[in-house]
Amino acid sequence: MHPAPSVILFTVLSGAGFGLLFLLACGAVRVFGPSALLLWGTGYGLAGAGLLASAFHLGNPQRALLAFTQWRTSWLSREAWASAGALMLLAPVALAAVMGGGLPPVFGLTGAAACLLTLLSTGMIYAQLRTVPRWNHWTTPALFAAWALAGGAILGGLSYLAALLCLVLALLQVVAWRRGDRRFAARGHTLGTATGLGGGGGAVRAFAPPHTGATYVTREMIHVVGRKHRTKLRVVAVLAGAVLPAALVAALPLSLAAQVPAFVAHLAGAFAARWLFFAEAEHVVGLYYGAR
Amino acid sequence: MTALPPPPARKLGLVIDLDTCVGCHACVTACKGWNDRGFGAPLSDLNAYGSEPSGTFLNRVHSYEVTPGAGPAEVVNFPRSCLHCDNAPCVTVCPTGASYKRASDGIVLVNEDACIGCGLCAWACPYGARELDGQAGVMKKCTLCVDRIYNERLPEEDRVPACVRTCPTGARHFGDLADPESAVSRLVAEREGYELMPEIGAAPVNRYLPPRPRGAAAAGPLTPLLDVKATGLAGWLDRLLEKF
Repeated sequence: MHPAPSVILFTVLSGAGFGLLFLLACGAVRVFGPSALLLWGTGYGLAGAGLLASAFHLGNPQRALLAFTQWRTSWLSREAWASAGALMLLAPVALAAVMGGGLPPVFGLTGAAACLLTLLSTGMIYAQLRTVPRWNHWTTPALFAAWALAGGAILGGLSYLAALLCLVLALLQVVAWRRGDRRFAARGHTLGTATGLGGGGGAVRAFAPPHTGATYVTREMIHVVGRKHRTKLRVVAVLAGAVLPAALVAALPLSLAAQVPAFVAHLAGAFAARWLFFAEAEHVVGLYYGAR
Repeated sequence: MTALPPPPARKLGLVIDLDTCVGCHACVTACKGWNDRGFGAPLSDLNAYGSEPSGTFLNRVHSYEVTPGAGPAEVVNFPRSCLHCDNAPCVTVCPTGASYKRASDGIVLVNEDACIGCGLCAWACPYGARELDGQAGVMKKCTLCVDRIYNERLPEEDRVPACVRTCPTGARHFGDLADPESAVSRLVAEREGYELMPEIGAAPVNRYLPPRPRGAAAAGPLTPLLDVKATGLAGWLDRLLEKF
């Protein structure tokens, strides 16, 4: 699949935003006054920027409100509801914290549930696609949530929880890669089944393409360049995204000097992992073109 | 709505004969010609006279080289378009309700006035049948020429999809695949028509008819002449040299 830089940038940033908002909302991070303004503001800024960017990514963004209509069947619609709901439900909680007070926990917990639902439905948008075997697995929503919560915990200054979440994330990411690598072949999709011409032990080979230039389908779903560095990028993703920040926040006392480098490293790893998430994903339509 | 309707009583679709398709792309051109001016946004071409032209088409014709277990290799031309699946994954993923399957005849369509151009339906389609129009920013797909097949202003023989009407070899057939007595259903039964990528579970309506089995090429009239028997001096030399 085509790794669009804007999608990578904003799924990572808004993920970290919703992760931070979740931890703030469920009371894991308790801040009041100016520090509340800083942390809630960071959460809202990251989450909101991601939503706005995703709207501008559309072919016809002026109709984006229609995306709220199909929550019964569509994960993209559910994501729209959950994200908008989370930002609205948490506004009074954030305001109360900035004012130095608090609201009954039910307010925060409802908003926290909406944050978690946002993260999981973002993952489900990809995980529901049977056409991309690598994504079509429970590890996809789990990974989206894990990256977001680890990033949020680093931003929220939760040293030990952040370190723990980073380690869980590293483990989950490695499992997802190892199992994902085999899934396309395991599902049995071949050019033979795609064309139905492979029966009776016949061999099928793409002989002439249907068009000489690129099309929407080939641009969007057949990405063949750049996978050669995947091993290096995987190492970067796990080391910079999880291991290094875990070590930094666990070893150093809580301060900006530990948090900022930890979050920067985490972001670099997250970008590498999210880039691979798209670049390594193979859509079955590539079979028709003899390319994946 | 993006929930799938109950199984429709009629399932209109195409049956494509891979045995007779010669790969002339007439269906591609006819499709673009008709759908450029009827239903919805025209199928745009971007940078049409530039170095990297790119356009929206609803039908693409591949060519494959098939080497059967026994017999000579052959080239099979393979038109690929929307298969109007019963369990259409492109419909249920749509967040706006723009993508829908008709309960009356099973045709999968896009309401372009509600399409936000997110592209998720194209990702969900296993067959690459949907293309986002580069100019209009809405998803385009085969409509089974819904504006021809019910159009009483057209002569009777033209009330079929443009690709079917134009195919010079009669490789494309249109009809109701839910009716076992229809011409297309009988053709599928007779020729053992099959669905594409059944393991993905989309339950496509369209069927493909396999190429008929071909034996080895028959011996031509000149073939016996190739078997040269040396006689005379050459024959003697031939026999002599065989001994070493």
